[in-house]
Amino acid sequence: MDSGRKKKKVVTRRSFLQSMGGGAIGAGVVSRVLGKDLPAHQSGPGEMDIFSSKKIAFTVNGKKTSLDVRADETLLQVLRDRLKLSGTKRVCNRGECGGCTVLLNGKPVYSCHMLAVRADGAEILTIEGLAAGEKLHPVQQAFIDKDGYQCGFCTPGFIMATVALLAKNGQPSPDEIKAGLAGNLCRCGNYQRIYAAVGAAAEAMRKS
Amino acid sequence: MKKEHPIEDPHREYMEWAQTSGGQTAPPPSKPAPGPAAEFKRIGRYTPRLDGKKIVTGAAQYTHDLRFEDMLHGKILRCPHASADLAAIDISEASSYPGVKAVLKLKEGRVKWAGEQIAAVAAVDERRAEEALALIKVEYKVLPHVVEEGKAQEKDAPLVQDQGNVQKSSEYNRGDIEKGFKEADLVFEQTYKTSWEVHQPAETHGSIAQWDGDFLTVWDSTQGVHSVRDGLARALGIPAGRVRVIKHYMGGGFGSKLGVNDFTVVAARLARETGRPVKIILTRRENSYCVGYRPSAQMTIRAGVKKDGTLTALHFKSNNCGGIGRGDRCAEPATDLYKCPNVKVEEYSIFVNACGSRATRAPGHTQGTFGLEGFMEELAAKLGLDPLELRRRNYSGKEKGDTGNPYSTKGLELCYGLGAEKIGWSRRNKKPGAGGGKIKTGLGMAGQIWPGAGVPRTLADLKIYPDGSVEIECGTQDIGTGTRTHIALVAAETLGLEPEDIAVKIGDSDYPWAPNSGGSLTTPSVAPAVRDAALKAAEYLKGLAAKKLNAAPADIVLENRKLALKSDPAKAIEFKEIARGLPRPTPFHGERSGMTAGFAYQTFGAHFAEVEVDTETGKIKVKKVVAAHDIGRVINRQTAESQVIGGVTQGLSAALFEEKIMDPETGNMVNPNFHDYKIATALDIPEIVPLFADIVDDRLNNLGTKGLGEPPRIPSSAAIANAVYNAIGVHVREIPMTPARVLAALKRKEARP
Repeated sequence: MDSGRKKKKVVTRRSFLQSMGGGAIGAGVVSRVLGKDLPAHQSGPGEMDIFSSKKIAFTVNGKKTSLDVRADETLLQVLRDRLKLSGTKRVCNRGECGGCTVLLNGKPVYSCHMLAVRADGAEILTIEGLAAGEKLHPVQQAFIDKDGYQCGFCTPGFIMATVALLAKNGQPSPDEIKAGLAGNLCRCGNYQRIYAAVGAAAEAMRKS
Repeated sequence: MKKEHPIEDPHREYMEWAQTSGGQTAPPPSKPAPGPAAEFKRIGRYTPRLDGKKIVTGAAQYTHDLRFEDMLHGKILRCPHASADLAAIDISEASSYPGVKAVLKLKEGRVKWAGEQIAAVAAVDERRAEEALALIKVEYKVLPHVVEEGKAQEKDAPLVQDQGNVQKSSEYNRGDIEKGFKEADLVFEQTYKTSWEVHQPAETHGSIAQWDGDFLTVWDSTQGVHSVRDGLARALGIPAGRVRVIKHYMGGGFGSKLGVNDFTVVAARLARETGRPVKIILTRRENSYCVGYRPSAQMTIRAGVKKDGTLTALHFKSNNCGGIGRGDRCAEPATDLYKCPNVKVEEYSIFVNACGSRATRAPGHTQGTFGLEGFMEELAAKLGLDPLELRRRNYSGKEKGDTGNPYSTKGLELCYGLGAEKIGWSRRNKKPGAGGGKIKTGLGMAGQIWPGAGVPRTLADLKIYPDGSVEIECGTQDIGTGTRTHIALVAAETLGLEPEDIAVKIGDSDYPWAPNSGGSLTTPSVAPAVRDAALKAAEYLKGLAAKKLNAAPADIVLENRKLALKSDPAKAIEFKEIARGLPRPTPFHGERSGMTAGFAYQTFGAHFAEVEVDTETGKIKVKKVVAAHDIGRVINRQTAESQVIGGVTQGLSAALFEEKIMDPETGNMVNPNFHDYKIATALDIPEIVPLFADIVDDRLNNLGTKGLGEPPRIPSSAAIANAVYNAIGVHVREIPMTPARVLAALKRKEARP
């Protein structure tokens, strides 16, 4: 990736929208990229030109990292393609399924739906950073014990959402578990097992 | 390239295995299965998956996650028109775009659906490949199209297939249908409809192709490494022995990843052209409209019945629509689930300008069961009978509606009993819709039949190393069902080891042949082959131990990582110690046996659902589903229960939400994403109770085990629809049962008290 590219010859609306995750973009931004030859855009304070790149620094799984990111690059792209952290999955790439959930300063976010520049200065936790060496996080252990997965592709997202849920509410009721995980889709349909895993993890964490 | 589309049959890749395993069309088995399997310590109990740690730590590498040095990324340009003649493709600008390494034209002549492959680009990253697609100039002569089933059957509709938009796809006759109707006290007819349901696996389809001279290796998100290898060899015109297909982990398939995909062939061609590995990962949008879906069915069922509920005639007529390909064959539940001497089946495929459909978890049976079981529920009400009692009065002990071979084992009656008790069947409304109030509750049930016997001649090799380690090589794949763990369980049980002692190597077409993971074939094919190899290894080791212990081989048992004397357990040798005597890694070849001839082999099951229906909003809430299944011996109860939970959940999702919607004007799918194509979420899930009949079928294979992938998906939508009928007194007769459809059903006159 040549992150230093300042301007591209062609930006299609399709590729742009896709990389942004569709609904995230305001109309003002879209109007700036629909034409091919755009006049130079003056960035306002806190903004960044759509064709530029910026150096960001953040902590990922406890490790300080700094790299140039393009303005339209998502956190998911940076994690998977640049930092080689493939545990976070690209499932819908539109902020509709939670498969790419990571924790940003402890809060669950859809990384496909978040621009990487917005993560500047943040602490990111991905599925790879959850276990303490060989010792699994209680949520991870509970997903194994309760068979809280089938194909496993949505599992990293579910586990990260569960960690965030239990940090907020250490003793969730079944309805609170459902509500807390309502933003994550499991196409294999194993939700019932996933709830059981969340319940078991909550219990294990209370005991420890 | 210029040839016309062959008419795709979505059943083909799925059913060629399922049918040979059904015991009906297969040649007589080569040898009968051995006698009753021994009682087991681990098989049949709860074992957590051995690959769990890799999954929960993100270490499991899916096809999406693999990357190789110098790897290029491929993207496909797809036709936006549902019907068009391709006039010209100009790739010159795309070819010279920075970062682009190859551009291929993929299509000439007539395009028949929106989404067909037109051209492909390989570039240094996904972004540049995507940008280059926009530089390909295509001239189309746009032609009239039709995407609506009804319109496709009209006289002057655009012709989708030269032979006509309506073609008979199957016919079946048993007994004398006219005589059957004459004997009936009551004749009842009704029509049921199912919609297009998209697989939407979490991991979109994807492949990586890499050449080494004239050898091709493909990493593919697939349900069948062997069938993809064969398909690639055919498509590329190269020998099958020079193609290797690998799949370690995959994020779901549900039938959409059986056989080779057209874009995988493109990846191989781009890799050959560039001399570099090429990865093509489909977007969610492409996954929604380019890789198939479950065909719809419009089923008209007409039955003759005696006053006591005995069926005398059953006429099943269905229009099945699968885009440019054939629809499913949906009649098997009607021909086989109940005792009926006089049956007629007529099925038609309706062709429209949409992507060809593809086998979807329990193809045909899911639709056919929704129709048949909805019909039985309404018929019971007509007769004033308990719907479960009506089914019992037509219970069949033999295939083909009690006219063929006897079932080797059939635990359906047990499933009826287990399920009825667990749901509290007596709580149902004796008369559908009898309950009062705005929110009405109801109970419904539906039964299920599916082959799931497995495939004879499946292979597995077990190797014992002189250091005492054991490995299994089998060319099956784990599609999320826990196959790795099943294999380890069976080998460990047989050799007296622990599951974690077994190194399971699967997901590679260089390993011994195993069928597609589809059609509920995997466990009943693979587990018996592993068992066979392990039994051979055990016999061999017993011989070695017998010499050392100065005892008869028959007196030796393998347990607790030891070989010990039955007569004197204190006399024992460590497994490792015996293995140390092996001169080299020693292989044992296992093969799945045939079935005892003269019997029919099927899985059975029954689902019981409880629902609440808001009669003001039309919203359905499923409260509870009890799912009882006869699948022979359960290998791992933990993963088996998960299969049932998943099947019920997917059936609920299809019953309430899922529908691929086409725009008649543009011929495009309007909901190719998770926002508009609804699938069930955490908030929609009822309590699901999985139950098993635990009937070991010793005629079937050396473990007496049947398959489980499809069975729990088959009756769940029907049971929920029947519960809705019991609640509101009118059958919605069409899935998904959206609030609008529920409200429309409530307006029908029979809903009025």
